Amino acid sequence: MSDAIRRGQVIRRQTPAAKALRGLLYAVLIVAAVAYLMPLVVMLLTSIKPLAEITPGNLLALPRSPTVEPWVKAWGEACTGMRCEGVGGYFWNSFAIVIPAVIISTLVGALNGYALTKWRFKGSNLVFAMMLFGCFIPFQVVLLPMAQTLGWLGLASSRSGLVLVHVVFGIAFTTLFFRNFYVGIPDELVNAAKLDGAGFFRIFWRILLPVSAPIIVVSVIWQFTQIWNDFLFGVAFSGHDTQPVTVALNNLVNTSTGAKEYNVDMAAAMIAALPTLVVYVLAGKYFVRGLTAGSVKG
Amino acid sequence: MPISTSQVPAQAGTRGHSVSASLQSWLPRLVLAPSVAISLFFVYGFMIWTFVLSLTNSRMLPSYHFVGFGQYARLMANERWWVAASNLAIFGGLFIAICLVIGAGLAILLDQRIRQEGTLRTLYLYPMALSFIVTGVVWKWLLNPGLGIQAMVRSWGFDSFTFDWLVQPDMAVYTLVIAAVWQASGFVMALFLAGLRGIDDEIIKAAQLDGASLPRIYRRVILPCLRPVVFSAVMILSHIAIKSFDLVVALTGGGPGYSSDLPATFMYAHAFTRAQIGLGSASAMLMLGGVLAILVPYLYSELRSKRDV
Repeated sequence: MSDAIRRGQVIRRQTPAAKALRGLLYAVLIVAAVAYLMPLVVMLLTSIKPLAEITPGNLLALPRSPTVEPWVKAWGEACTGMRCEGVGGYFWNSFAIVIPAVIISTLVGALNGYALTKWRFKGSNLVFAMMLFGCFIPFQVVLLPMAQTLGWLGLASSRSGLVLVHVVFGIAFTTLFFRNFYVGIPDELVNAAKLDGAGFFRIFWRILLPVSAPIIVVSVIWQFTQIWNDFLFGVAFSGHDTQPVTVALNNLVNTSTGAKEYNVDMAAAMIAALPTLVVYVLAGKYFVRGLTAGSVKG
Repeated sequence: MPISTSQVPAQAGTRGHSVSASLQSWLPRLVLAPSVAISLFFVYGFMIWTFVLSLTNSRMLPSYHFVGFGQYARLMANERWWVAASNLAIFGGLFIAICLVIGAGLAILLDQRIRQEGTLRTLYLYPMALSFIVTGVVWKWLLNPGLGIQAMVRSWGFDSFTFDWLVQPDMAVYTLVIAAVWQASGFVMALFLAGLRGIDDEIIKAAQLDGASLPRIYRRVILPCLRPVVFSAVMILSHIAIKSFDLVVALTGGGPGYSSDLPATFMYAHAFTRAQIGLGSASAMLMLGGVLAILVPYLYSELRSKRDV
């Protein structure tokens, strides 16, 4: 922080030229902020306009008679493909998939990270490197075998099948998070407990877990956004009744029957976006930490 | 017993409980075993499985009639594949380059002791929280010539303003770049900002004492320090580009025609809707090859730089 202040002061000398430069700096930053914000604003504005205001008006015009009707319709009546039940049911589908998948993958990742750092054995680094590879594969490479395996397991087109898929490919990331976090926890803490005769799980519950809150938050947020935003696995492995909301949204927007109701499309997009936006606003710091930890560390 | 005592010195004294002691020393491995089995089967096994499929004549259902590298030859002769592959080169190249420029630019500007820095950062980064499907849906709306940006600018009186890339076969791929840059450039900004904040203050002070101007300090001192950030960003962005599937599906549907296909949508279309499992598998293997071509040098240099330290 302090170097930023000092760097800032170089510009802040009070000559007129420096003042003009400072103004330009803010102008550029604000224009950029407006550009980033515009799609969300347009999405929100369009979602509360009656259809009659959309075609003749322009994108940024404020709604003359705002209405929640598009939201109601998007939630409960709009057609996604053949059915006209809105995206509400699929919204809950997404939660039904996300919640167990996040809990299981985070718990497994925590245990893996703990075993890999505090109970090192010959080849434990190799095991870690081997698991890490799962973070990097393009998922197209596993789609066809996965479809067949889910069929064998009797999980094709089921929510449990999608939970399994997300857990399987999420473990690589959660293990990475917890492993990198536990490396920084002093071994002495654990070794002392070992001397006292505490076992593997006892040490985990009593010593590691109580200090793990920050990394648990990162792991949960990362997994939540990844799984909520997933489309590829959802479209490949879900059935009519088990689709996540991203798939339903895409079907809704690309349904070709009937007149196009752009306000309903935008309301459905807002509904699909809200949970991760809420997470981002409430826990942005941890979101960023997850992004950087999940992708920078190799 | 000798095994367990050598690895868990703490338990050397518990000779009487050799069973439980050796259980304790095997517990970590037992805990890891399911995850290891899972990644052996679901990652490595599936990769081999897909490779095997790519050597067969599988169409609607997997068959195990081997045709050598015939599917790869078909792929090389497939015009749609080449459209997808060259689209990936265009999309990936522009996406990465523009994200780096915007991300580094915004980070440098934000680093000048800005009021409301937190708010601005939040605004730049929020698209990363959205799914590519939502991004695609929104940008499809903004880029719709009859209703979106083109219509808005025309309504301001610029009647001849044209921005209809979405429906132009040779321009549709650039709309993917616009939407993807909007989504990911804030993330690159966050990476650069973290990198800038991590630079040692002393180097900058020394350069200032030498009378170097601010732009010069950035060019000569700070940007070179950020090389690892650039490296990581390129690596992550190219990974996103190769995997891009949802954005194409939601924004252009690969169209008009198949003019904005990427390898990821090509693979899905052939494996799941066109009953060409063999061909789809071959394209998936080439995607994996692309990821490895980026990943291996990256990991190699990461490991080497760690050894240097």
